[in-house]
Formats: sequence, C-alpha cells, structure tokens
Amino acid sequence: MIYSYFPGCSLEKNAASYNISSIATSTALGMEFVEVEDWNCCGATEYISLNLTASFALIARNLAQATKNDSIKQLVAPCSACYLNLRKCDKYMNESPKFATKINLALAEDGLSYQAGTLKIRHLLDVVVNDVGLEAVKAKVVKPLHGLRIAPYYGCMIVRPDFGKDKKDGPTFDNTEYPNTLDELLKVLGAEVVDFPYKAHCCGGHMTQISESTGFELIRRLIKGADDYHADMIVTLCPMCQLNLDGFQGPMNNYFKTGYKMPVLYFTQMMGLAFGIEPTKLGFGSELVSARQALSKIGVEVPEPEIPEQKPRPKKDDKSLPMPQIPKKSG
Amino acid sequence: MDHTPRRIFAMISAGMRDEVLKSNTPWYCVSCYFCTARCPQDIHITDIMYTIKRIAVEEKFYDNSKASDFSKTFINWVENYGRSFELGLMGIHMLRHNPFGVFKIAGMGVGMVTKGRMGFTPTKIKDIDGLKAILAKAKQLEAQS
Repeated sequence: MIYSYFPGCSLEKNAASYNISSIATSTALGMEFVEVEDWNCCGATEYISLNLTASFALIARNLAQATKNDSIKQLVAPCSACYLNLRKCDKYMNESPKFATKINLALAEDGLSYQAGTLKIRHLLDVVVNDVGLEAVKAKVVKPLHGLRIAPYYGCMIVRPDFGKDKKDGPTFDNTEYPNTLDELLKVLGAEVVDFPYKAHCCGGHMTQISESTGFELIRRLIKGADDYHADMIVTLCPMCQLNLDGFQGPMNNYFKTGYKMPVLYFTQMMGLAFGIEPTKLGFGSELVSARQALSKIGVEVPEPEIPEQKPRPKKDDKSLPMPQIPKKSG
Repeated sequence: MDHTPRRIFAMISAGMRDEVLKSNTPWYCVSCYFCTARCPQDIHITDIMYTIKRIAVEEKFYDNSKASDFSKTFINWVENYGRSFELGLMGIHMLRHNPFGVFKIAGMGVGMVTKGRMGFTPTKIKDIDGLKAILAKAKQLEAQS
C-alpha cells in the first residue's frame, strides 16, 4: 500500500514524536509513505478567518503538489487540522466549479492545477484501522499493553464536519460525536480502554492564546474527565490536542490551582510499543508531563530525549575576546 | 461572548449587520464543528462564523484586536516562509498583547525548548516565490468578487 504523506508544520518540530512514530509503525504495517514535495502550511484555522480565496489556494497548492506523482491516488495526513483543510478544499472545489476555477486561476501563477476529486484524503487513523485492518494490527502485537488504562481522545476535526449528509463525498469514517475507531485499535493492542465521554470534545485550539480563561477551562474538562475515570494516560491523534493537553497542562494547573499529571501520548507511539519497537525510535520523552510512571506499568522505560546541541550563534562584528577555553591536549 | 450563536443567526436574519460584525461571538468559535454536525437544517455554522470574522476584519468593525491579531501573526509567517513558526508566533503575539504573561508560561516554554519541540528558526519552503505569486493572485481574485 502506497500513499502520499502530508506531515504538516506541527510534525516537523513540536510533534516530531508523532512523525517518527507514524513512520515507524506504518513501515511495520507494510505501508509506504511518499512525502508531498515541498509542501506548505495548510493555514490551520487562521487563514480562513482572513482571506477565503487565499486560504483555499494555500491548501490547494498542496493538493496540486501531491498529484505530481500521478500513480498515487490517496493522501494521508496524521494531523487533524491538515486532514480537515485538505478534505474541505477538495470537497468545496468539487461542489462548486466556479470556486474551483478561481482557485486554479491562482495556482496557475506557479504553473500548478488541481482537479477536484483526484485525491482521496485520509487520516492516518482511518488508514491504519480500515486499510491495514485490526486483524493485521493484532498479528503484529508482541508486547500487549496489558494493565494500562487509556482514555482515547479524538478531538474535533477528525470526525467533523460530516460532509456525508449529501452522499456526494461519503460519510466521515467514524461517528461524528461518539467515534469508536481509536477505542477498537487500543483494545487490539491489549490496553484497557476507558469509555471516555469527552473523546470528541474540543481541546481549545488556539484559545490559550486569545482567551486564557476559555482555553484553560476546555483543557481542564478533558484532563479532569480522564482523571475521574482513573486513566493512566490520554492517547490522541492530533498535534494541536497533544500540545494543548500536554504542553498547557502545567499553565492550566497553575490557573486553577490543580495538580493534574496526566500524560498525553500519540496512538502511533503506543502502537509502536505494542509492536516491540524501541521507545527511542518512537519519540518518547518529549512529552512535558512525564509518562514514566504510567509506562512502567507495562515495563517500558522512558528514555531521556536526545536534545539537539544548540550551537551558539556568533555575533556579527564581534570584537570582544572569545570565552577562554582549556586547550585540548593533542596526541 | 456578547451574543449566543443562536442570537447571532437571528440578528443576521433581522439584517442587524453592524451589530453582528461588532460582536465578539465569532471570535470565541474554536472550529469544533459540533454545531455544524448537529444542525437539522445543514447550515455550515462554522463557515459562517469564519465569514463574519473575515468581513469584520476587512471592514475594521472588530476592535478587540487580540483574536484577529493572532490569525494575522500566524499567517504572516506562512505567507513569508510557507510554513508556520510557533516560537515566532507566540513570541510576537505575547509581546504585543500580554508581555507579562511570558513569565506565567515560562516553564512551559523552557520545557518545549529543552525537549527539542520548538525551533529557533522558521523553515522556508523551496518554492516560496511560487507560493507568494499564488497568494497574491488569490488576494486579487478575492478583491474582485
């Protein structure tokens, strides 16, 4: 199985652990990913609030880039926001030829074009569960996640909006309000899955930056929910959700004077552990809320993350004496 | 939120254009699409919220700039580099709107940097000139419509 792969900006740095674990597990499952050449940002939820045509032209450039390899008809995105934007662009261009013409007129400035409907846009979870299949996943499990209680968290943009109502595009691959795909996958990996009532509620998106009280409350609900169900960890499939729940868990705790310590990991990381892949090859250790205690339940030791060495940048026209250093003895 | 979403839609029907565009309600929309999924009339509520934001920014109706500025700062990096840049985005946004807030989330920032999750420099795509040409044309088409 060969797919075009659209990592998205988050997976470059902030969610690098999602990227490497996605590639490690999909390779183990026999999938081949070909990264879209010179892809650009999908605009997240920001560009569309400013300029409609430009926001869709930005997305469509990626679709056009992906069709350059015309033997691959499916495009996989692990990030929910990228997945939704790519899907939405294809859908709207398909629905309105007038809109499609306009977008293609913009793309033509760089010699590109995209014919709506050429690509089928899929989320990584959909591909793992529905193309590879739970049976094939089960066959790969060598270290089942027995004894680990997991709250599966989908967030919003993987199952909503449901474009399937008009039957043109087909329904989303799972229920729009109470999805179950990730639950089933985690069960196959041997974990004990919590029936998490907030599984498709919002993580707050960019709200931490524009309205602290709103953003933190949305995060608190989810973390408290998982804690109330005695989950050992939350497992998610979206880099924005992971950043909010993990990265902003500390600031949220400060804001509400709470002391939650709920680890938040990616489903591909847990899948990789169950497949017996080395934790270092799955990006463990880059989470801000330590997963050490939770993972010790299944006998996994979290490695310290390898921090890339930051070379001090030399100042321009720096006339001052350099920091003295003890010369290394040669020979 | 100064009006509930239901009231915003009633106000749109009633033709209260200026009041709708001045409202902070659309800026509270987190794009979770729950309303769109549930609407029995299949109204794309989230997209309409985006449209209200767009018109409000364009016609300078919405004066609390914190929310719209975030989008603008985000997009500024994308338009010039082709990729988003978290450190630059959060840095500029916080300096402009909440310089003392930096101390509150300093711990998180240090964590993100030491765990190697935040880059110090933005990544630029190879064909940035091509992308800029596409976006310039798109903006021109948008202005015509």
